[in-house]
Amino acid sequence: MKKLIITAIAFAAAPLAAQNQDLGEPMAEGQDVETIEEEEGLSGSVSFEGNLDDLGIAIPAFATDRNVATPANANGTEALGLELARVITSDLRNNGLFKPTGPDSLPRPSAADIQSPVWSTWGVRGAEMLVHGYVRARSDDRLTVGCYLYDMELKSRLVAEGWVVSPADWRRAAHKCADLIYSRLTGESPFFDSRIAYIAETGPKDNRVKRLAIMDSDGANHRFITTGRSTALTPRYSPDYKKLTYLSYVDGNPRIYVYDIGTGKQTLVTQSENPTFAPRWSPDGRWILYSMAVGGNTDIYRVSAQGGRSERLTDTPGIDIGGSYSPDGSKIVFESDRSGAQQCYVMDADGGNQRRISFGGSRCATPEWSPRGDQIAFTNASSFNVSVMSPSGGNVRTLTRGWQDEAPTWAPNGRIIQFFRTERNSGKTSLWQVDLTGENERSLPTPVDASDPAWGPILP
Amino acid sequence: MGAKNEFHRCLKGDSTMNTRIATAVMLSSALALAACQKKAPEELPPMPEEMPVATPTPTPAGPAVGSMEHFLAAVGQANTVVYFDTDRYNIDAEDSAKLQRQAQYFSQYSNVTFTIEGHADERGTREYNLALGERRANSAKNYLVSLGIPASRIRTVSYGKERPVALGSNESAWAQNRRAATVTIN
Repeated sequence: MKKLIITAIAFAAAPLAAQNQDLGEPMAEGQDVETIEEEEGLSGSVSFEGNLDDLGIAIPAFATDRNVATPANANGTEALGLELARVITSDLRNNGLFKPTGPDSLPRPSAADIQSPVWSTWGVRGAEMLVHGYVRARSDDRLTVGCYLYDMELKSRLVAEGWVVSPADWRRAAHKCADLIYSRLTGESPFFDSRIAYIAETGPKDNRVKRLAIMDSDGANHRFITTGRSTALTPRYSPDYKKLTYLSYVDGNPRIYVYDIGTGKQTLVTQSENPTFAPRWSPDGRWILYSMAVGGNTDIYRVSAQGGRSERLTDTPGIDIGGSYSPDGSKIVFESDRSGAQQCYVMDADGGNQRRISFGGSRCATPEWSPRGDQIAFTNASSFNVSVMSPSGGNVRTLTRGWQDEAPTWAPNGRIIQFFRTERNSGKTSLWQVDLTGENERSLPTPVDASDPAWGPILP
Repeated sequence: MGAKNEFHRCLKGDSTMNTRIATAVMLSSALALAACQKKAPEELPPMPEEMPVATPTPTPAGPAVGSMEHFLAAVGQANTVVYFDTDRYNIDAEDSAKLQRQAQYFSQYSNVTFTIEGHADERGTREYNLALGERRANSAKNYLVSLGIPASRIRTVSYGKERPVALGSNESAWAQNRRAATVTIN
């Protein structure tokens, strides 16, 4: 596992160039999480055969062998064990997954019970699945968190894993446990242990303050990056979570920057007097796509994330803008009005073989390729609903029904789409999530109004 | 769309050679536009009208030349903003009359630099609207350049849908927000 070295050097004052004037204090991001093997147990198949929505899961407080002080919780590891189970319960419940019962209405297992549950205690509670876990403070202040999933019917262990986390990252251990449970029971890839960059909005409609902000996938660990002095828009996390690229008016013009989260330093993506918009990372983090208007005409360019010469990928008189890579990085879906109105197109990563894929009669905007590769989410810019289609443009399905829904972004596992909704007249904005059936929609609470969500991959 | 782009290429072509005094500029511009007309007749704005002779009446106590206040007083508030149809960026007859009035001011005060702000209504996706605002600002700029205002004096900036002036969510508000507004820099 890669070592992320964060030292006091990262806090050394960066030169206060004009482009940095909208930035808050830099802050070290989290450390890596080390995965450890839990003791082998019987790993049976899941006995439950009904609808997973009806699957009862009991999640009692995590046990601790000894209640000791930890920077993660003022009341020590015992209280932390309760919090861990609460976070896991919220993760599953808020996403409409299963029927979780949280620790506040359940007895607390002892440390000795974790690897061999007292079945008689849990058998009467009607849950099909049982989660057990423990938290231990290590001598180096870090925490070891173990997570076990049991099948009550078979009285057998389905899966177990443990992690060593820094105290500041304790919630990540809970998300990893929720991911482990979710993946084991559904066969899907994990998504909870991830973060979201977005734009926090305050103020009246004609004078909105828009700040770059980041948070965990459940809204926790919220942090503002910019002060709000300048308008910030359309952020994207780099795949390794070390950088953010976004649009800022900090020098008076719309330009895209790369902000280094560890150092707090910010650089222009391209040195040009022209306005630049819509920055995107390639899945491997080696390229940045951006759109630039020259003489009023916008085209899509790519540049190495290390800098250097830009390469123009589109060359039409219309507005070509945005772009989202296929998971293998070989293709890009983007938006163009070359036909007279916004439509979605696919091209090779070098700009070759450009062809239109949307022919539904509505405007197609802000296409985003699913991390699974099987679908493209987009904004229907005629009705302003979030929709999905196949990469060839077929099987179009509308998933949302707000007055104005736009800017879909995929969960790391391609099973949930986040977007933002604007209210008619007031202009108030909020983040929402919807699953691929369109049936399970919920709002994601944020401290203030919110737009332009960008969901990053599973944390490294 | 092809015709519109043709039109803008023509305007751009004109702009490089027109940097002289107003009357000569108007003449050559009109000729150049006439040449373009053969290629794209249906999309052309009307021929620029004869410009009234500017009557400079600077009062010593009035606003400074080139200030927004001075510009507004000289051309009138209504002439500082041009409006566009949904997703469009062409300069129609009403727009060209306003831009001619602006050109008259900027010809008279040849040291004044200014910004054209391009905007879109809220019924569009954010990034497309940024590009659309930029396209609208450039439409207005190109027209002023065709009237002899040096491009070096004109800055453009797009605010997309970020800075509405009308706050409702209805056709009338959206029409007011699809605009290119000229503001002077002191």
